[in-house]
Amino acid sequence: MSMPFYVSPEQITKDKADFARKGIARGKSIVVAQCDEGIVFVAENPSRALHKISEIYDRIAFGAVGKYNEFEQLRVAGIRLADTRGFAYDRSDVSGRSLANAYAQTLGAIFTDAPKPYEVELVVAEVGADRAQDQIYRLAFDGSVADEAGFVAMGGAADALTTSLRDQWRDDMDLAAAVRMAVSALGDHGAEATRTLTSDQLEVAVLDRTRPRRRFRRIETHELDALLAG
Amino acid sequence: MISAFPSPLGSSFAAYVRSTSDEPVILSGPGDSIAPHGTTIVGLRGDFGAVLAGDRRATMGNVIAQRNIEKVFPADEFSLVGIAGTAGIALELVRLFQVELEHYEKIEGVALSLDGKANRLSTLLRSNLGMALQGLAVVPMFAGYDTRASRGRLFSYDVTGGRYEEHDFYAVGSGATFARGSLKKMFDPNASESDAIGIALEALYDAAEDDSATGGPDVARGIYPIIGVADQRGVRIIEEAEVAEITRQMLEQRSRRPDGPMVRRGDAG
Repeated sequence: MSMPFYVSPEQITKDKADFARKGIARGKSIVVAQCDEGIVFVAENPSRALHKISEIYDRIAFGAVGKYNEFEQLRVAGIRLADTRGFAYDRSDVSGRSLANAYAQTLGAIFTDAPKPYEVELVVAEVGADRAQDQIYRLAFDGSVADEAGFVAMGGAADALTTSLRDQWRDDMDLAAAVRMAVSALGDHGAEATRTLTSDQLEVAVLDRTRPRRRFRRIETHELDALLAG
Repeated sequence: MISAFPSPLGSSFAAYVRSTSDEPVILSGPGDSIAPHGTTIVGLRGDFGAVLAGDRRATMGNVIAQRNIEKVFPADEFSLVGIAGTAGIALELVRLFQVELEHYEKIEGVALSLDGKANRLSTLLRSNLGMALQGLAVVPMFAGYDTRASRGRLFSYDVTGGRYEEHDFYAVGSGATFARGSLKKMFDPNASESDAIGIALEALYDAAEDDSATGGPDVARGIYPIIGVADQRGVRIIEEAEVAEITRQMLEQRSRRPDGPMVRRGDAG
């Protein structure tokens, strides 16, 4: 006669977290940083079509690392939530905080209930009129939320990236300086030899506080080359 | 049960909202006589792009309900939508259409083709057919710059969602008959953007002269038609000061010839 095994909640949580961490660590990384012009997203992503960075709403954008099908589903859900709220109330009533909460609830429920947790980490950022009003939320696979200031690094070697960024980070950077910092950190981390990432290996976008209404703007190859050459 | 694919209309905001809510997306209004109606919209196209213009009057029976209503809007970066008919429903339709286009663009990463946008407006309009049959009709006009074909295009609609591409010019609303007569005589296929703006203003003026529900330029209050332009740089609504200046020139010419520019027989352009 077979007996069901008892597994403690601690053990289940630990196993799931280890599994999710391993999945995320296999992927490439993303850096999100504040700058004078707004909030810049820089991801190592050789694909032109499968994005890791996306517009969500007027002032809100999304960045993700991990398993594509999982964060793509979350991205679409976020756009739907934001558009529905903006249509039902007003465009100014859509906030990054409520979106981060919705993601936290969803990721938390999936982590607890589903047989396998999502192998993703997300950033939800909302650009304000100035740096002090910018909001950057980091969401982990288990639904935990962190309200970050300055910069965030996620994915492959997030710890090494964060260390490298902490050395370079200044709170008076313009867009070009922030992009160069993020690109050099993405190429620098880990045990491998330092790489120089080129514009065709990168996906870059900015929530530009100087733009009217839709602040999200992708920085395409040509402009990115100019920024990197700086 | 997990289906193989998400719904093919997964990028449609309207379809999503309908699936999650019992409320009709386009809300019902009260009877015909107590809801304001927007009046005349004119549109014309050319290689430069397209122009859509609307007067500023809304009427409720024989009463002028509003003298500064706006009836021409940017739909997205390259297209414009203008509306005639029951104002409340029409404005809601415009808002839904704007979100629909932006929603698709965000989810898919690329904007819809101009034909795709025109078709979506058709579908949204058809969902209001029941209301239209009760007298609360909305008739939009859609214009845009087709970035793939590098030219302006213009679409008209009927209340059942029927979509018709117009070759050169069109007008909808109560003053449309007069505006169309005017456009017919003044339209020039080689018109520049500024010519097209002038022609649209003349047509609206002609409509306002003969249709009581269409408002003419209100110089005393500084209320002028709303004019939208879609060209290869995108869409923009012409600044009020600029419209005021073009209107001033038109009124000066009309003070000499009140019926507007003369078209000579035999002038084939």
